[in-house]
Parts: sequence; C-alpha cells; structure tokens
Amino acid sequence: MSSSRLPSEVRRAVRDVSPILLGIVPFGLVSGVAAVEAGLSPLQAVGLSVVVFAGASQLAMVDLLGRNAELVVVFLTAVVINLRMLMYSASIAPYFRDFRTRWKTVSSYLLVDQAYALAIARYNEPGDGDGPTKRERRIYYLTVAFSLWSVWQVCAIVGIALGAGVPQSWGLEFAVPLVFLALLVPAVSNRPSLAAAVVGGGVAVAGEVVPVAGGTGLPFNLGLVAGAVAGVLAGVVVSALGDTAVTTEASH
Amino acid sequence: MPTDYGPVAIWGVVLAVGVATFAIRASFVYLFGRVDTVPPRLNHALRFVPPAVFAALVVPSLVVTDGSATFAPVTLSLSEGFALSVGNERLLAGLVAAAVAWVAEDVFATIAAGMVTLWLLRFVV
Repeated sequence: MSSSRLPSEVRRAVRDVSPILLGIVPFGLVSGVAAVEAGLSPLQAVGLSVVVFAGASQLAMVDLLGRNAELVVVFLTAVVINLRMLMYSASIAPYFRDFRTRWKTVSSYLLVDQAYALAIARYNEPGDGDGPTKRERRIYYLTVAFSLWSVWQVCAIVGIALGAGVPQSWGLEFAVPLVFLALLVPAVSNRPSLAAAVVGGGVAVAGEVVPVAGGTGLPFNLGLVAGAVAGVLAGVVVSALGDTAVTTEASH
Repeated sequence: MPTDYGPVAIWGVVLAVGVATFAIRASFVYLFGRVDTVPPRLNHALRFVPPAVFAALVVPSLVVTDGSATFAPVTLSLSEGFALSVGNERLLAGLVAAAVAWVAEDVFATIAAGMVTLWLLRFVV
C-alpha cells in the first residue's frame, strides 16, 4: 500500500501547493525589482534570493540597504523578521526527526511559511492511522518546498530583469508595503495580535519622525526593530490581561 | 535610492543573514530529542512577531514622507464651499489595498488594488 501511495504523495503535494505558487508570483517579482532599484547588481540580487530565501526579510534588507542603513541594523532587522521560523522549526521537528542529516539540512533551508503550513496540515490529517510514513513525509515536504523555491527564484530573476526598465513615476516601490499589507491583514486575527500590530506600527512611525539628538527619528534606522519589539511585548501584555486561560491553552 | 555600499559589504550582510536564517530554521530540527519543544512562553511571544513586524514595515511606508508623518488620506476644505481633495495618496491607496486584503485574502489582488489606486490618484485625479 505504501509503495502505491508514493507517486500519489507527489501528486497531492503538487495539487496542494499550486494555488499558493500563483500567490507568491507577485511577491517574488517585487523582491527582484526592489533589489535592483536599491542598487544591488543582478548577481547580488540573485545571491540574496538564493542565500536568504525569505521574502519579507529580503525586502526589508533591500529597503534598508537602499537607505544606507548601518549593516548591523540590516542584519538585526532581517533576523527579527525571520525569528518566527523558530516556531516553525520547533513545530515541524518531530516529523523530521527520523530524516537523514542531509535531508534535515535541505528541509531546514527550504522552511518557509507556506511549506510549513501545508506540511503540518498534511501530517496532522485525521483518519490516516499512524499518519504518513517517513518516506511520504519527506516526499510531500520536499515536493512542496522545492516547488515554492523554484517559482520564487524564477520570479525573482524575472523581477531583476524587469527592474531597471520600469519608469520611476510608476512608483513600483509601493508594491513592497502592499506585499507586507497582504501578509499583515491575515496575521491580525484577535485582540492581542491587533495590539501587536497597532503598537508595532505606531512605534515604527514614531521611530522615524520623532526628533532624537538633533536629528529626525531613531539613529541607524532602528525604528523597525523598536516597533517589532514593542509590538510583540504589547501582544504578550494584552493576551495576559485578557483571556489568560484561552491563550495558554492555545499555545500548546 | 541606490545604495552606496560596495560588493563586499552587500555580500557580507547577505551571507551573515543567510547563515543566521538557516540557524533559526534548523535549530529545533537538529536539536529535537535533546530539546523537545520551544519554551511555551517563548512560543507564545513568537506568535506576535508577524503582526508586529509586518505593521512596523507597512505603516511608516504609508504615512512617513521625508521625516514627517501625514495621517490624513483626504483633506477637507471648507473655505470655498465644500471641497474634498487627496491628502496622503499612499495612505489612501494602502487603505483600499487593506480592504481588498481583508475581503479577498489574496496577495495579487492586494497589490493590484493598491497600485491601481495609486496610479488613479497620481495620473487621473
């Protein structure tokens, strides 16, 4: 039975990931365009996309590099944005525990929001007895994750090629906050996450406009990191003040 | 807004972020067995990273221009009768895009709505 299910695992993965692939196309394009507009060479832009392979942090890095922020701040900002993957790593680790080291390495490198979400949904599907076997888990995950990786890189390269040719007056750089907006809206799902967003956004704005030490805004473009930290704290505080029982239940 | 950084600085920061991001992704996958789960309190706090970070990325780019914030998407003038004009065009376009994101939950539709609104405000209105 398990051998006849192998090709079907690939087919399932492709079927599940297809609509998501369509969704990452504009995000990938924007990442390429933005990198070139910030002054990265095409090779550096491809390098960023392959080495980091995490869209939100790539866009933030490119934005900060374009504004000549301190490199430490560029690094710190990207790490803060990618911290959420710690959660994915912990959550998916039990399903990868029996993989060979090399597959653990490849799977970790490919761990992005969408791959995590699809794989966890597949592994936790009810009515499968013991759930998918090791081989099925590996094949499903790698098919999903590698499809996402390939489409992301192709779109980034197309974006990099287009980048230089788009007129400035089109304001294409505005697509970057729009991508984040599309990620933000579904992330705000209850009162604590709303508090995290409001405080995070408010502190980030204050960090850019409040006069500090003779200049405008926090030094070294630290507004984003300050906003992120304040927002997370606000989320924790509001959820502690509110339905304590419900949130501790949900965190397991 | 081209960067003044040279290739060494750019490659350096790309590699550093790449290594750090891989370490985050691989952390529990490698450690599993020795460390079973993220401490619950840390896991709980990490849930708020996406809304906090995405808002901190979005809001300044909608309201901040050259170091000052503009929170009015439209401006109302009562001096010569009743006149409504575009205030902050990026904020207005962002609000339209947010509404579309909320209803459609689709990245492509959100980008399209925001860009088209911006172009209408910039080239038509």
